Amino acid sequence: MGLAILLIGTRKGLMIARSTDDRHTWAANDFQFLNQEVYSVAVDTRREQPRIFAGVGTGHWGPLLTYSDDLGKSWTEPAEPPIGFPEGTDAAVARVWQIQPAPAGQPDVVYAGVEPHALFRSDDRGESFTLVEGLWNHPDRPSWMPGGGGACLHTVLPHPTDPDDVLVVMSAAGVYRTRDGGASWAPANRGIQAAFLPEDQRFPEFGQCVHKVAFHPDHPERLFAQNHFGVYRSENRGDSWTPIEDGLPSNFGFALVAHPHAPETLYSFPLKADAERFPPDARCRVYRTENGGAGWEPVATGLPTDPYYGAVLRDAMVADSADPAGVYFGTRLGEVYASRDAGDSWSMIASHLPDVLSVRVAEIA
Amino acid sequence: MTARLLLPAALRRYAGEDAEVEIRGGTLGAALDELAGRLPQLERRLRDEQGLLRPHVLMFVDGVSVRGGAPMETPVPDGAEVFVAPAVSGGSGSPVRHSLREL
Repeated sequence: MGLAILLIGTRKGLMIARSTDDRHTWAANDFQFLNQEVYSVAVDTRREQPRIFAGVGTGHWGPLLTYSDDLGKSWTEPAEPPIGFPEGTDAAVARVWQIQPAPAGQPDVVYAGVEPHALFRSDDRGESFTLVEGLWNHPDRPSWMPGGGGACLHTVLPHPTDPDDVLVVMSAAGVYRTRDGGASWAPANRGIQAAFLPEDQRFPEFGQCVHKVAFHPDHPERLFAQNHFGVYRSENRGDSWTPIEDGLPSNFGFALVAHPHAPETLYSFPLKADAERFPPDARCRVYRTENGGAGWEPVATGLPTDPYYGAVLRDAMVADSADPAGVYFGTRLGEVYASRDAGDSWSMIASHLPDVLSVRVAEIA
Repeated sequence: MTARLLLPAALRRYAGEDAEVEIRGGTLGAALDELAGRLPQLERRLRDEQGLLRPHVLMFVDGVSVRGGAPMETPVPDGAEVFVAPAVSGGSGSPVRHSLREL
C-alpha cells in the first residue's frame, strides 16, 4: 500500500490523516472546516485523480457540499449550488448525510442522501446533483417520520453491477429499493421490527428506523442491517429479513461494516439501548461475525479496558480494501481506533478530537 | 442604489475576508439576487434554495429586523446598512431545534 488517507469528520471540523508505511503510523493535518460539523465524507478513487467529498454543516448558514481534487489542500464549492431542492418542492436541504460514489462502471455518478428524506444523483462526478423525484414523490413519503437524528436518508447502496438497482435507508422510514434507476421505489422491510410502535403494529411495510445496511459486493443479494433494536440478514436484497443476533450483547447500535474480502464477515459496535447509548457493560468492544451473523464474538484486543462511554455513529466505522483488511472507527469521545489485522487487534490512532461523525479510508495509488 | 452588507466573522471567508460588501437593489430580495451573481457562496449562506432567509439567520436593515412578514420585500434605501447575524437562542422551547436535538 502506497499512500492511505483517512478522513475523520467531526462535530467541529475535518481531519485528514495520511499513512505511507502500510498503515502502521498516521500523520494528521490541521482541522479544516473549523467549528463546522462534517457528517459525510467520501473518497472517489474511480478516476486517476482522486476526489474527496465533504458534507459540511455550517450551523446557522446552511449545509455545504464541497470537494477537493488535491487530497484536501483546497476545496471547491461550485458557483451554482451543487445540491438543492427544485422549485415546487417547498423543501431545503438541511444536512448532507451521506455521499456515495457509484460503482466503477458508472465513474461519474455520485449519490447524496440528505435531510429531509431525499436522494440526489450527480452524473458529473459531484459538480451538480438532481433530486431523484421517483423517491421524493413516493406516496409513502408523507408518512415517513424523523428518527432521533432527523428525517435523514443516511445510506445509499448502489448495486455493484446493475445501475438500475439502488437501495436507500432512511430513519425512520426503513429500506427502499428501486430496480428501474430511481423511477419507482418499493419498501423492503419485511421481517424488520419497529420496536417503538404498539405491539400489534411492529412489523409495518415501512416506518422502521433502520440505522445501517451493509453488503459485500460479490454478494449484493445478501444484505445485513443494523436496526433500531435488531440485527438482520436478507438473502434476497431486502425482500425479507431474519434476525442474526446470537452472540451480541445488545441488538441496538448504529454502525455495521462488511469485510472487503470475506463475504460472511461483518463488524458492529453494539450499544446498550436507545435510551442508553453506551457500550454494554461500559466495555469498548467491536463485535465480529465470520459466518454471516450466525454468531458474533467480541474483538477488543488493544481497545480501552476502563469503563467506556463512547458510542460509534452510523458512518463512523469503515474498512479499507487491504489484505489483511484494515478496520477503523471513531467514537463520540473523539477517539479513532484502527486495526491492521481485520479486527484481531486495535490501536488508537487519534484522541482528544471533537466527537467523530464520519470516517472513510482509501488507498491512493 | 447601493447599500453595505455587514458580515459576521463566520461569513467573511465567502467575501475575500472582507467585513462588508456592497449590495445593489431596491429591496433585500433584489439585492441578494444581485449578490448571488457575484458571490454565490455567500448568498447561499443567507438564503436556502427556495430563496427564503435561512431559519437561523437574522438580517437588519438600518437597525430594523426583517424577520416576519415578507423579508425579501424589505426596502433597502440608498446607503443603508444591512447587518447579518446568527440567531442566538437556546433553552426549552427554542426554535433552534437542530442545535439541541439528540443523535
